[in-house]
Amino acid sequence: MALLLWAVCLIAAVSQLQRGPTEQITLLPNQDGKPSAVIITTAGKETVLDQPFQTAAVDSRGAVATAGDSAQIKNRYGALLDTLPQRAAVFLVYFVTDSDNLTPESAAQLAQIKEQLASRPAPEIIVIGHTDTVARGEYNDALSLRRAETVKRILVEAGIAEDQITVQGRGKRELLIKTADGVDEPRNRRVEIRVR
Amino acid sequence: MKTIITMLAASISLLANAADLPAGMIKTAKGNAAIEREGQKTPAKAGAALMASDRVVTGADGSVGITLRDETLLAVGPNSNVWLEKYAFDPTSHEGKLDATVRKGTLGVISGKLSKQSPGAVQFRTPTSILGVRGTEFVIDVKDGE
Repeated sequence: MALLLWAVCLIAAVSQLQRGPTEQITLLPNQDGKPSAVIITTAGKETVLDQPFQTAAVDSRGAVATAGDSAQIKNRYGALLDTLPQRAAVFLVYFVTDSDNLTPESAAQLAQIKEQLASRPAPEIIVIGHTDTVARGEYNDALSLRRAETVKRILVEAGIAEDQITVQGRGKRELLIKTADGVDEPRNRRVEIRVR
Repeated sequence: MKTIITMLAASISLLANAADLPAGMIKTAKGNAAIEREGQKTPAKAGAALMASDRVVTGADGSVGITLRDETLLAVGPNSNVWLEKYAFDPTSHEGKLDATVRKGTLGVISGKLSKQSPGAVQFRTPTSILGVRGTEFVIDVKDGE
């Protein structure tokens, strides 16, 4: 009986081999070098890919993970990866204290922003305001949006088309310098310009 | 109870928001590539909006590069059919939802702000599996899908 069972398993394994997997999932290295993972759930079972270039061969019965070969993967998916849009170019600008004017260093970045715009297909500019942790959440949400609007105005004055620009306010949710609540920190009072 | 109502109100406003705004923008389109929306097929063009529930369909020489609003980056390869089933992104809180299905072909993904804020909000499906992502770049390859 045990032998029969074993034989059935062997036949099943061989037929699976012959059929080949129908899907393949490949984890790529994270550009920022931080650990990352894909969790694949197939037929109620989980398979985790957490090493760069690790590949799972998947069919309806389950996934089998193997260490992938980086050269082979780059060769196979090179054209696909070239299709990925460029990541956003990020610029940080600051205001002269108690004014609506950018600091000279910030104003000097306008030329680079325009260069990025000219070099990208179907470019967009996302202007995101940030505050420090002084005052309450809703106040900071409104304040950060106002700062983003001010920067949008400056960009439009510099000749950038208004319909390319979107403004957003993140309030105090994304501090550049981590502080406790209620801390006056000029480096957190910034506007982020993302060209993508 | 009050929390539930607040959460419900928040998710309704999120959905309303998602219906109005595009999910993202097509940055590059090559060869035979189309967007299917409510049964209508239009050629994929750089600068065109991608909406939630759109399908991206490519031929043998086609490919499409897409930047979603949360800066998830997508590459749809040749002979592919990818459905952006659900999409919502709140730029203030970074809350939202991304559900996409690869029915056939290849999809390259660099995950964005949604996955960074709440990994559970992002899900990719294939004909056999569901994929969860944790700050990830990866490729899905469905060889003999429909």
